[in-house]
Amino acid sequence: MPDSGVSRVLRKEDQRFLTGRGHYTDDLNRPGQLHAVFVRSEMAHATVKSVSTDAAKQAPGVVAVFTGQDMADDGVGSLPCGWVVTDKHGEAHKAPPHFPLVRDKVRYVGDHVAVVIAETRAQAADAAELVEVDYEGLDANADPAKALEGAPQIHDEAPGNLCFDWELGDKAAVDEAFSKAHHVSRLELRNNRLIPNALEPRAAIGEYDPGTDEYTLYSTSQNPHLLRLILCAFVLNLPEHKVRIVAPDVGGGFGSKIYCYAEETVCTWASKKLNGKPVKWTAERSESFSSDAHGRDHVTHAELALDENGKFLALKVDTIANLGAYLSSFATAVPTYLYGTLLAGQYKTPAVHCNVRAVFTNTAPVDAYRGAGRPEATYVVERMVERAARDMNMDPAEIRRRNFVQPDEFPYQTPVALTYDSGQYEKALDEALAMIDYKNFGQRRQESERNGKLRGIGLSAYIEACGIAPSQVVGALGAGVGLWESAQVRFNATGSISVFTGSHSHGQGHETTFAQLVADRFGVPVENVDVVHGDTGRIPMGMGTYGSRSLAVGGSAIVRACDKVIEKGKKIAAHLLEASVDDIEFDSGNFRVAGTDKQKSIGEIAFTAYVPHNYPEGVEPGLDETAFYDPANFTYPAGVHIAEVEIDPETGTTRIADWVAVDDFGKVINPMIVEGQVHGGIAQGIGQALLEEGVYDEAGQLVTGSYQDYCMPRADDLPSYRVGMIETPCPHNPVGAKGCGEAGAIAAPPALMNAITDALGTEEISMPATREKVWRIARGRLAQAAE
Amino acid sequence: MYGFEYHKPSSLDEAAKLLADNEEASLIAGGHTLLPTMKQRLAAPSAIVDLGGIADLKGIREEGGNIVVGAITTHDAVAGSDVVQAKIPAMARLAGGIGDPQVRNRGTIGGSIANNDPAADYPAGLVGLGAIVRTNKREIPADDFFVALFETALEEGEIVKEVSFPVPEKAGYAKFHNPASRYAIVGVFVSRGPQGVRVAVTGAGPCVFRVKEMEDALSGNWSADALKGITVPEDELNADLHASAEYRAHLVGVMARRAVQAATA
Repeated sequence: MPDSGVSRVLRKEDQRFLTGRGHYTDDLNRPGQLHAVFVRSEMAHATVKSVSTDAAKQAPGVVAVFTGQDMADDGVGSLPCGWVVTDKHGEAHKAPPHFPLVRDKVRYVGDHVAVVIAETRAQAADAAELVEVDYEGLDANADPAKALEGAPQIHDEAPGNLCFDWELGDKAAVDEAFSKAHHVSRLELRNNRLIPNALEPRAAIGEYDPGTDEYTLYSTSQNPHLLRLILCAFVLNLPEHKVRIVAPDVGGGFGSKIYCYAEETVCTWASKKLNGKPVKWTAERSESFSSDAHGRDHVTHAELALDENGKFLALKVDTIANLGAYLSSFATAVPTYLYGTLLAGQYKTPAVHCNVRAVFTNTAPVDAYRGAGRPEATYVVERMVERAARDMNMDPAEIRRRNFVQPDEFPYQTPVALTYDSGQYEKALDEALAMIDYKNFGQRRQESERNGKLRGIGLSAYIEACGIAPSQVVGALGAGVGLWESAQVRFNATGSISVFTGSHSHGQGHETTFAQLVADRFGVPVENVDVVHGDTGRIPMGMGTYGSRSLAVGGSAIVRACDKVIEKGKKIAAHLLEASVDDIEFDSGNFRVAGTDKQKSIGEIAFTAYVPHNYPEGVEPGLDETAFYDPANFTYPAGVHIAEVEIDPETGTTRIADWVAVDDFGKVINPMIVEGQVHGGIAQGIGQALLEEGVYDEAGQLVTGSYQDYCMPRADDLPSYRVGMIETPCPHNPVGAKGCGEAGAIAAPPALMNAITDALGTEEISMPATREKVWRIARGRLAQAAE
Repeated sequence: MYGFEYHKPSSLDEAAKLLADNEEASLIAGGHTLLPTMKQRLAAPSAIVDLGGIADLKGIREEGGNIVVGAITTHDAVAGSDVVQAKIPAMARLAGGIGDPQVRNRGTIGGSIANNDPAADYPAGLVGLGAIVRTNKREIPADDFFVALFETALEEGEIVKEVSFPVPEKAGYAKFHNPASRYAIVGVFVSRGPQGVRVAVTGAGPCVFRVKEMEDALSGNWSADALKGITVPEDELNADLHASAEYRAHLVGVMARRAVQAATA
């Protein structure tokens, strides 16, 4: 790729976003639309003995009230989990049904009992209060650590609340290595539950056309085609060509808008029941807290075996992963193939074994959230490495250096299934150490101590597997879908270009980055290119945006489609220039006869393609090509983040004094957008490490159900990040890109926790490292120092 | 939100009459507590009486050496007031540290004190300065105004008109905020002036309270050091997700010392 496409082009989409002219789902209103309000369970676990809807049906403006029985009578299926995990005994994971409206039991606070549909939202809300649900309460459990130890049985299909018991890696080799180890370091870790909190709450409008038997669903989806596939093939049993899904402007997803949810399913189904009246639902923020899929929630014991030189010999990880009350669309893949496979980190640990028991609890379903499994893996590896360095009195940078996979060792086969393709881990470390002035940290620590403060520094050398994913590989691992991407690149007759992508932008800036990619490929101004996404009616096919895949996979599909356009253009140019096709070169927007000054611009070629008065025989008119791209491997973004903190022992307040990030995302198209992604990711990582935690009490009530109690990071909680980049292009995709969207959220938590534990002199603190937790430890430390 | 009637009177008397005529009516000033509660259907007033149309309730003035702040004066107006900044800078800083810019541009002093949220900032300011609350019926010293959790001395139909603050020689406020809500986990207001030495604590307990032992210590020696070793009992303090009673008790000491250090003339 020539470098001319790399620049800090201002985001094309920001004109409409910053002037309030975005079109989000809730901004849309369809003629004659009705409004849905869900009756949700206020109990964490109960048998539903009866649901009386008579009074609600009589209420003003109410058009219908539906229950799970109505959907069952109509043959509506269960919301599926799209990835089958095979456990260590060769059995498929337990897949209890997950009906859009419950039929017999409620299993978490926020579970869907009934839907009230009325002429106005207020009428629906009033009537929802009249739905009488007769519950018989059952004991509840929200704690994954207790789920396997005699907790209440949540699904009959999953005895002991166990969904699967899965392992990866060579246990015998790991045991052998541990038996010979010079030293073993151990850690107990809790990866806290997070609630995604996209700025735009989920919303849906379902609309059925009785005249054509076609459905349209407007929805806040990160992947409209995938949602259509799930909805049609598994839930509503509809033919795909009769269903159109429009995901217009979407205000953030972070994974939580990947899935097929109950609400959009109900709106789509109900519109047909109501003879085509559109049915709209928009989540209130409290519904987002209780019913968006949550993230993380792991309990882990890890052990690292080392030789006398600090070389890693083996890593052993035992995790309990909380899946919540039901399986969300990709819940099973997150704590397995997106987690265990990353436990080698950036290191040549020769043997790794990971065991994961995934459990059901009376909490909201847990699925992918920014990073999805990889933050959990990185947290284990990087906390463990830091622990080992401290145990062995080694410099944390040096112990990493001794264990890194080296640049000449790629492709590198890890002991946990992945083949790393490229990277320069030590270079990133060296740059990050220089940026933060690591060698003078001791002076800064002394300065802080003179002011009565505790200072710490923490490293995180992360790696992720992105560019998800080679379809054959994920198919062999249980995925129910292929993970290619498609793109259509259309020259219009007058030379402008429309790009149709199956990727979906919900904040990532694809309309700019993809336009830059295409403009660069064709040698035309970026203004000439518009990117269309988020509508199954306009885009041929797609798999959507998650797992930092859009540029690596979606961008590669676009490049392939561009190349097809150029190939066809050469035939037209050869005809016009009276030359052989083999002699035509394309460069900087012009088709030229090699070695001559005879040329035609790509605009002229496009015009000729649509006005083919003088045209080569046997070539179709038009300049409009579609490509599908299925990656050959995952991509492996990696880097080093270093956090430096200063703690006020009197109050336990942690101030982030400095933060450097050196990331390798392969080829970068728009550095400004990439830096923005890094900043946002770090903010979420800092949120996890310092502030955020989804808390359920012992009765299964969500304690952190609003911003009064769930603590999102604010600007004044965050430092000014210093972001550096190195570029090792991905060797196997045509863009050379690796992906950048999740890196910050993956790298940040261990960097920050390593800094805090460094300052406090103990590993015994869990995320979020709240001020009170820090104070309790710092107080003890000060008391010890005083004695 | 349930349906309700909306009234916007132009005088205190008219407001009082509307309140008397509508049994389930509720006053609204900035609405930053009432509206979220109504949206969640946790409150269902039959009528809303909006004080925003009563000109007398707005504004800040000097009167007989005191600073008088009208009930519907926003936090932002108090924070940005030249008079408050000159005479009671600690009060300007208190107001400027409430919530976020949106809250400060809607929320009012009268609404805040009438609600008496145990974690609100203003109760500490009023008690910490020995302010007087004037209503449409009488004057109430701050010490008597804040009665208990979400409970004040206001009677049925009584409306806060303004608050009169004596100008202290020195005053300071230190707040340890809840990182989620930005309310006070502990906020301590200290002052020395016409009302003697005062130490008022918000956030820590169910209602704002004074710490006599600290006041006595500061009366003899106005310095942070004078407060060293003085503790408050934790058994009546709040405990929640964000802070235990033990932590709050500790923070009362820390914030009191920092308030004295921050105190300016």
